[in-house]
Amino acid sequence: MSFDIGNPSIGLVFWTFVAFLLLLFLLRKFAWKPIMEAIGEREKSIEDALTSAEKAKAEMARLTNENEQLLKAARAERDIILKEAKELKDQIVADAKTLAQAEGAKLIEQARKEIDDQKKRALAEVKNQVSSLSLDIARKVLQKEFEDENKQEALVADLLKDVKLN
Amino acid sequence: MDFRHFFDSKKISFIAIFAVLTTFSVVQAADTPTVNSAAIDSHGAHGEGEFQPTDVIMEHISDAHDWHLWGHSSIPLPVILYTDKGFEFFLSSQFHHGEHDYRGKHYTYRLVDKKKIQVVNAAGQIDEEASKKIWDFSITKNVASMFLSVFLLLLIFTSVAKAYKKREGKAPKGLQSFLEPIILFVRDDIARPNIGHKYARFMPLLLTIFFFIWINNLMGLIPIFPGAANVTGNIAVTFVLAFIVLIVVNVNGNKYYWKHILLPDVPWWLYPIMIPVELVGVISRPFALMIRLFANITAGHIIILSLISLIFVFKSLAIAPVSLAFVLFMNVLELLVAALQAFIFTLLTALFIGMAVEEHH
Repeated sequence: MSFDIGNPSIGLVFWTFVAFLLLLFLLRKFAWKPIMEAIGEREKSIEDALTSAEKAKAEMARLTNENEQLLKAARAERDIILKEAKELKDQIVADAKTLAQAEGAKLIEQARKEIDDQKKRALAEVKNQVSSLSLDIARKVLQKEFEDENKQEALVADLLKDVKLN
Repeated sequence: MDFRHFFDSKKISFIAIFAVLTTFSVVQAADTPTVNSAAIDSHGAHGEGEFQPTDVIMEHISDAHDWHLWGHSSIPLPVILYTDKGFEFFLSSQFHHGEHDYRGKHYTYRLVDKKKIQVVNAAGQIDEEASKKIWDFSITKNVASMFLSVFLLLLIFTSVAKAYKKREGKAPKGLQSFLEPIILFVRDDIARPNIGHKYARFMPLLLTIFFFIWINNLMGLIPIFPGAANVTGNIAVTFVLAFIVLIVVNVNGNKYYWKHILLPDVPWWLYPIMIPVELVGVISRPFALMIRLFANITAGHIIILSLISLIFVFKSLAIAPVSLAFVLFMNVLELLVAALQAFIFTLLTALFIGMAVEEHH
């Protein structure tokens, strides 16, 4: 019984060629291509998922950080605003005070002026009254005086006595 | 409690595997002498009842024109002959295991030594001249077994590919989850490190080589019908695989590869030595692939068959337990070798391709 070592049978060589090449062709088309693509895609999607998770984590950290920053800034701003408001309030109060004082002073001044005016007017009126009264009195007195002819002549004589003709 | 349950199921599965392997061994043991006696009966050349382990083993690891089932029953396989007068098609059962000659359209044929088909002339003598002119393209046991493996591979991997389409982007399941690590192993541990970034182009070839060799090795380990052929232990098969590797490597060889062979980095007066050495290297690498796979698988078959033959050499049933223990050990070892040889063949193929497509030295 001879052994195949030195004499590979042509039929087996031929059929192995056919079978292997056919297998290679069919598996390449219907198995290896879809399988390798699916594996590749899955690996890519896993990698993408991991990368995006990493990114999301970084984004999260960034957001937290930003939030903290914002909070800090807001707090600082609030403090500033409060401080400013307090200052403003003080200012306003101070301003109001000065304004009120000025206004008061002005009012007082005005009042004083008014009073002075009134006084002056009153004094003028008093003066007028006094003058008219005195005129009335004088007229009445004169009327009285002129009723008595003798007295008038005496007076004129008296006045003429004083007048020295030069 | 959970752990104990787990342990129990493991133990049970181990026993099951043990039982299956033992059964196979027993079947193999039962298988061997029947064939042998049949062979002796039909030939009658080696003397009555004289056990010839060499003949038995050689018959088992050689190709055949029928696929033996049990006892005297076997599946006849188609015989395809190309003669100088045209093709001949008939079933191998026409030979009646070599007892009868078959009168075909063009010649009368005789099955010699159960595997070689010769032309017989009118006087019943073998016609050497005419025999040289016929080409035997028969579907032999190895070819049929190989077709079965190819069919199984197509079935397995198209269904796996379908699973990938159906469960797109999801984790693998079932057969898919069993094969994916192996596919990834071929990609990440064989192709990528040896070929580099151009690995994707060679993946189909490497995967096909790996699974083709592996499944044929495994089929060869099954001692009964759907297996039992020594496909990867036949030099014709390993020759074809190695030849394809040779073609792929040299077709894809870039200018660095050819410069290394034709204009090596040595003083010019060494060229007459170096160039032939390099050219021999081109051939010897796939040649080593061919011999390695053939020798490993054939050796495994020979060892197992020899151990079984011991029972019949010693003509004692007492030797059977010892023989079976060794056969069991060898079967388990051969399971490892089946995967290992497929791995080595694929790895070296990837390495040779890597050497051919490497950009710089």
